[in-house]
Amino acid sequence: MAALLEVEHLRIEFPTRRGTLVAVDDISLQIAEGEVLGVVGESGAGKSLTGTAIIGLLEPPGRIAAGEIRLMGRRIDNLPYEEMRKIRGKQIGAVFQDPLTSLNPLYSVGRQLVETIQTHTDMSPTQARTRALELLHEVGIPAAERRIDHYPHQFSGGMRQRVVIALALCVNPKLVIADEPTTALDVSIQAQIIALLKRLCRDHGTAIMLITHDMGVIAETADRVAVMYAGRIAEIGPVRSVIKEAKHPYSHGLMGSIPKINDEKERLDQIEGSMPRLTEIPPGCAFNPRCPHVFDRCRVERPELLDTGVTQASCWLYAHG
Amino acid sequence: MFAYIVRRALQSILVMAAVAFVAFALFQYMGDPINQMVAQDASAAEREALRRTLGLDRPFYVQFLVFLKNLMTGNFGFSFRIGTPVAQIIAERLPATLELVLVAALFALFIGVPAGVYTGLHRHGAMSRFMLTVSLIGVSLPTFLIGILLILIFAVLLGWLPSFGRGQTVQLGFWSTGFLTASGLKALILPSITLGLFQTTLIMRLVRSEMLEVLRSDYIKFARARGLTNRAINFGHALKNTLVPVITIAGLQIGGLIAFAIITETVFQWPGMGFLFITAIQFVDVPVMSSYLVLVALFFVLINLVVDLLYFAVDPRLRVERSVSAH
Repeated sequence: MAALLEVEHLRIEFPTRRGTLVAVDDISLQIAEGEVLGVVGESGAGKSLTGTAIIGLLEPPGRIAAGEIRLMGRRIDNLPYEEMRKIRGKQIGAVFQDPLTSLNPLYSVGRQLVETIQTHTDMSPTQARTRALELLHEVGIPAAERRIDHYPHQFSGGMRQRVVIALALCVNPKLVIADEPTTALDVSIQAQIIALLKRLCRDHGTAIMLITHDMGVIAETADRVAVMYAGRIAEIGPVRSVIKEAKHPYSHGLMGSIPKINDEKERLDQIEGSMPRLTEIPPGCAFNPRCPHVFDRCRVERPELLDTGVTQASCWLYAHG
Repeated sequence: MFAYIVRRALQSILVMAAVAFVAFALFQYMGDPINQMVAQDASAAEREALRRTLGLDRPFYVQFLVFLKNLMTGNFGFSFRIGTPVAQIIAERLPATLELVLVAALFALFIGVPAGVYTGLHRHGAMSRFMLTVSLIGVSLPTFLIGILLILIFAVLLGWLPSFGRGQTVQLGFWSTGFLTASGLKALILPSITLGLFQTTLIMRLVRSEMLEVLRSDYIKFARARGLTNRAINFGHALKNTLVPVITIAGLQIGGLIAFAIITETVFQWPGMGFLFITAIQFVDVPVMSSYLVLVALFFVLINLVVDLLYFAVDPRLRVERSVSAH
């Protein structure tokens, strides 16, 4: 399959008074058409920043310092604001974490849908409204004909996230960046929302970049997964392989911390220590102080992504020769 | 909605009654108006006679009830000083003040809101910094000083605009307007800038800080992610969300304009209600003073009522009908 989105050697920096913080360091990944790529990692690993950079909404002083982002072969990381605006929503949709605050409280959901549809298409207000109704049906809002004129505060959290999904998908983008789309929701609603997102994207052939720290969500949804640690990709590969036989010691540890239903253990396995802050990333492999397999090379030289067979891991254990 | 309006109206009546009482009670202690009205050598008997004619010999609460009853029927009493009905004096003066306040309020809104939006959007621009610095003058200089400075520059040194009065007015029924003559319009410029400058800068700074706040919110980020145009985001989404606090403050400030008109009217010898009030104080003209206070309070109450109704128009979350939140 042809790559829909290609991120190459992306580096995101925050200039501060005490020097430059590198929040995302040399990340490369591809998403194929219709593919679901999961991105997991702890808070501060750079997952959300990568997503934000792809839709071109990094907040200053954050900036892309190096690397390229290409959508269908076209470079999009250096486009002028107005050019990038036309891509946002139309070709790359986005769903953010908190559905309670993602919608403008002063406009009805119908108006927000119509506005988005009309921004990107030539539809008349009537056509756009018909399309908005279809979308609300599609995301499973009951009594959509009545609900279309309701305001966000009249919807529950789960229903609001459905509206947000409708907004993200309203002009059939090629890619949706879903940044923690279920974190703010009830556990019982989470599965529904994920299932909905997955079904819609399969029906429309939309690729998803699913950013989360919930391995369960990734296991159910993603085709491939990228594990991020301290601004870099630790391991990337097919979701089954990463979960069953993670090669990188960090992703291995991460998978070990997923509770299993028939497990007798009192405590979950955990990785000793915590992820370093951006100002204190050690030389060599960022994971070396916590790694059970650490050896001399890890403390001096930074590993690139190396082939481990099925997955790729940035770990010297897989250096051949 | 209807119940809310009724409730607000009842509250307003209570507020008005309280204000009427305070206005009335205050002036019981402002010296004896009889002294101002009779000749120096008037005998005690003459004074008593006058006191009785004016009803000032009756007990405090009776005087208040009479005052209230008169207010309800639109009878504001007679001016102690010139002997004409207060209602008539106020009717002559009211248009001058209201026109001045109207122009000042429009000035404040039409300069303040766009300036606030501009400085909010171009936070680090040189023009924004300049406007913010200039706005400090409006916030910190007292009104009378601004008025005198404007008179000095535009009336005395440049001679472009009149330094006092309303210019020529046209009588439309009971309403005398300065809007229809060139000299009337020219005369409005300096006083309304003087009166509205503080409010302009206040509204500008308020809109700016609200814009900065709203532009950081998640729904603006999501609106950007949806690819909406900057115009739609800044004016459709951001500005509308700043309006609730702005309406509150602007409403209170328009009430303030009516009250602060006293100073501006004195500086510009503007024949309005504030000027009338100052003259009334000098002569302990109690009926004029209490009527003025009651009228200003009435404007405040009305403006607040309008502000509350505007909330409903702007913010759907306040339209508390049946809750339709479904899970």
